[in-house]
Amino acid sequence: MNEHLLSIVLFTPLAGLLVLLFLPASNKNLIRLWANFSAIAGFLVSLPLVFRFDKSNGGFQYLERFDWIPTLGVKYAVGIDGISLLLVMLTTLTGVIAIFSSWKSIDEHVKEYYAMFLLQQTGMIGVFISLDFFLFYVFWEVVLVPMYFIIGVWGGPRKLYAAIKFFLYTLTGSVLMLLGILTLYFQHFTQRGFYTFEISELMKLNMPLHIEQWVFWAFFIGFAIKVPMFPFHTWLPDAHVEAPTAGSVILASVLLKMGTYGFIRFSLPLVPKASIEPWIVQVLAGLSIIGIIYGALVSLMQKDWKKLVAYSSVSHLGFCTLGIFSLNPNGIAGSVIQQINHGISTGMLFLIVGVVYERRHTREIKEYGGLAHVMPLYSIVFAFAMLSSAGMPLLNGFIGEFTILQGAFEANRAWAAFAVTGVVLGAAYLLWLYQRTMLGQVTNAKNLRLPDLSLREFLVFVPFIAWAIWIGVYPKPYFDVLEKPVAQLVERVRPGYFDRKPLADARGSVTATEPRPSGSGHSTEVAR
Amino acid sequence: MSQYYTATDHFVLVPAIMLALFGCAILLFDFWVFPEPKQRKWLLAFLALGEAFAGYGLWQQHTYIAGQGIAELTAFQGSLVVDGFSLFFNWMFIAAASIVALMSYRYLEVEGEHHGEYYSLILLAQCGMYFLASGADLITLFVGLELMALCFYIMVGFLRSDKRSNEAAMKYLLLGGFSSGFLAYGFSLLYGLSGSTKLSEIGVAIARRDPADPVLLLAMVTTTVGLLFKISAVPFHMWAPDAYEGAPTTVTAYLSVGSKAASIAFLLRIFLGPLASARAAWEPLLVFAAIASLTVGNLAAISQHNIKRLLAYSSISHAGYMLLGLVAGNETGIKGVAVYVLVYTFTNLGVFLVIVALRREGLVGDNIDDLAGLMHKSPGYALLMLICLLSLAGIPPTAGFIGKYYIFLSLIQAGRYVLAAAAALYVAVAIYYYFRIVRSMFMSDAEDAGAMETTFGVRVAAALTGLGTLGIGIFPEPFLRFAGQSLIR
Repeated sequence: MNEHLLSIVLFTPLAGLLVLLFLPASNKNLIRLWANFSAIAGFLVSLPLVFRFDKSNGGFQYLERFDWIPTLGVKYAVGIDGISLLLVMLTTLTGVIAIFSSWKSIDEHVKEYYAMFLLQQTGMIGVFISLDFFLFYVFWEVVLVPMYFIIGVWGGPRKLYAAIKFFLYTLTGSVLMLLGILTLYFQHFTQRGFYTFEISELMKLNMPLHIEQWVFWAFFIGFAIKVPMFPFHTWLPDAHVEAPTAGSVILASVLLKMGTYGFIRFSLPLVPKASIEPWIVQVLAGLSIIGIIYGALVSLMQKDWKKLVAYSSVSHLGFCTLGIFSLNPNGIAGSVIQQINHGISTGMLFLIVGVVYERRHTREIKEYGGLAHVMPLYSIVFAFAMLSSAGMPLLNGFIGEFTILQGAFEANRAWAAFAVTGVVLGAAYLLWLYQRTMLGQVTNAKNLRLPDLSLREFLVFVPFIAWAIWIGVYPKPYFDVLEKPVAQLVERVRPGYFDRKPLADARGSVTATEPRPSGSGHSTEVAR
Repeated sequence: MSQYYTATDHFVLVPAIMLALFGCAILLFDFWVFPEPKQRKWLLAFLALGEAFAGYGLWQQHTYIAGQGIAELTAFQGSLVVDGFSLFFNWMFIAAASIVALMSYRYLEVEGEHHGEYYSLILLAQCGMYFLASGADLITLFVGLELMALCFYIMVGFLRSDKRSNEAAMKYLLLGGFSSGFLAYGFSLLYGLSGSTKLSEIGVAIARRDPADPVLLLAMVTTTVGLLFKISAVPFHMWAPDAYEGAPTTVTAYLSVGSKAASIAFLLRIFLGPLASARAAWEPLLVFAAIASLTVGNLAAISQHNIKRLLAYSSISHAGYMLLGLVAGNETGIKGVAVYVLVYTFTNLGVFLVIVALRREGLVGDNIDDLAGLMHKSPGYALLMLICLLSLAGIPPTAGFIGKYYIFLSLIQAGRYVLAAAAALYVAVAIYYYFRIVRSMFMSDAEDAGAMETTFGVRVAAALTGLGTLGIGIFPEPFLRFAGQSLIR
């Protein structure tokens, strides 16, 4: 069973899509039911991945390898480690939520809508489980097309512009990334005499620094556009604002993670020399910090509720990339956890916007005010989402941001100092948003009779809230799952990193972060 | 069989004989046996029979070569050659001609210009292509080229009552004749330099000469100009948009894949054969032509409203990609060109097929707006169009990606990173104008509710092109092996 588990997880949404195509387009409820069923099935089949996962094994698990295109040396090779496990689970769960949340909001071209989401699910899962660069690239591109249609067909007023902008930006990045991939592929052939795209083989390469650097930048463009890092972020607000709610959720929760995942899975281990080149690290950390602060400042300025959440993504993803380029266990583990957190909290925030947008068809913040009186349950859920995004202790955001800052501090104190302002600003724009929309008196007469969350709408939030609390209160399982793969990654990029300091201490700072956060950060500092 | 016509000669010539024979038979039968308009479907059967016999001949050549384990089979004192290269291209021509014939029947009915000689011209043009793919002698190649071109001149102007079609045919004829003149001049110089019309002997003679010899340069430049014209590469592309737009859509389809593929085959034969040793001299020319084709083709396509013109510019840019494979010059690059042409054949036929299927009384169907709302009228064709456009742009998992993959890889292998980056970035430009069509199909509302009327033939052709485009993308292995055998040594 284990040997085909990943393929089952990968192709369940696709199988659902195939059946969906044969359902009559006129029977919308049947289509909705089937799409929800497929998504839930997709989530359920992914659960065994968690139960059977072996935490003590830092390598890839559930491996599958077949020849796909032998002439090119392309294999269908899939497998996951702790990092991809978390992202795959995020994908399957978010898929359920996105599809479930669209039950009422989509009434046109329902069949095509769900078909796109199911295709998207397979593409995204494929990205996170591919161990062959060619396969990865195929899935990476497959994801573009459904998202283009989701934005372009079911989006807002400027959907056509937003959709093609999204497509062109990401495509430009990915073709340059493809050149980087091909360089690696060709280098591998000249050094070792056979063509392969397998990551485990490509990692055995030893390339001169200038080639590594060129490959690094080629990857960088592809991944940074996807993340998006400043200054490649301009497609994001447009895409988010115009996309339908569920599209925004998928885009924010999963699609952006493909970029950060790319850095962790490909950039760092495949071109390690370029990845620790001091000036490159400085540039990337600098861009991350600019992203954190710039995204937060722009969020403060927004009059459009959804755009505010979109820019907050730029800021939060800045933390994730900063964590990665801290190049130490805390930074990277924190980054992965923050990616999950961002998926949870920003996903919720977009759903929150979607709820009022369905009722009022406007996203202007000033149209709202005092909603807490009219929609009490809604305001509580929003409070959860907002606090989780702002990084309040005992909710998930805190864990991620804290660990990243710890890692950043270890790498360079100035980075941490700058990044901390992002946390403060983040609290500012989120609390202010909450205040303007939820608190005070109802300022707009149109809002007086808004119905509160229905049971279906509430159920959409439940998994995310539960997950947010779990990570916030007891993050140990997450750090456990990440410990080995992250340690291997750091060892790969900075050989001998763990020898320089007592091994137990370095590990301890990863696993025992939460119970005594300040103490552990301190001990890392002392060990230096 | 005499010494002038041996058994081997016959064996090598069979497919061409079949094509010519059935081409002429269609003319005669159309005149005497099937004068009624309704009986024209029998002509289609004749064409199918012709293709089947030609295919059988090719199959025999294929098995013979594979069975004997030889690389090539020459005939007529070395002026015709059957090798992996010629077989590869000839199989493609059979596929292209058959698919074009399948989609032509209803289209010509609607246009009111359904004449038997159309099918004959398809076969005769293919006969010309046969000689372009397997010729190894300047005269043979030139005659093959002219046979193909003459058929296309007539076919482009096939809509006799349509001004645009007449204009297109005239332009194509004049410019085509002009370029043939260049080519003939270049060939005469090559003959003068080497004293032979055989490609192999010319190659030996040129290798002995000083590469900077002005006569050699002149011969090479004139030949290159003629060849670039035929594949519609910039700066000799001016005829393409007009000819593509004015010609009947089915002919545009045939022109864009058949003529292009045959010309590429011709070009590869010349540049990798006799001119191989003068690489240093022609490579800069081709780099320039490739980059110019990518630039002009992609940028000019952005502002087109007529979909056939848009595809003409897109085909110019594809010529650029094919040239880049030749520029890289390594084995990957040449194999890449072969794969690219194969992929392009299926994909482009698919795109044109949707435009052909759109044509009905009162709707020309060649404006981007004519496709509006196609998704809701005929989802199947909209999907086919989407897959083919993604393939033209080179997005996996469609076939187009495999073609682009080879071109990029060959450039990187040759160390030409800048060219590779430029070629890659033009993919993003291309997606912009291809997606204008997608936008119209999926995101605008239909202007008229009339559904598409298709026939069995069109549906079969749609299935073939769709399967080809997706199939080569997802299971490329057999096709890549096949293309790998096609390398010119």
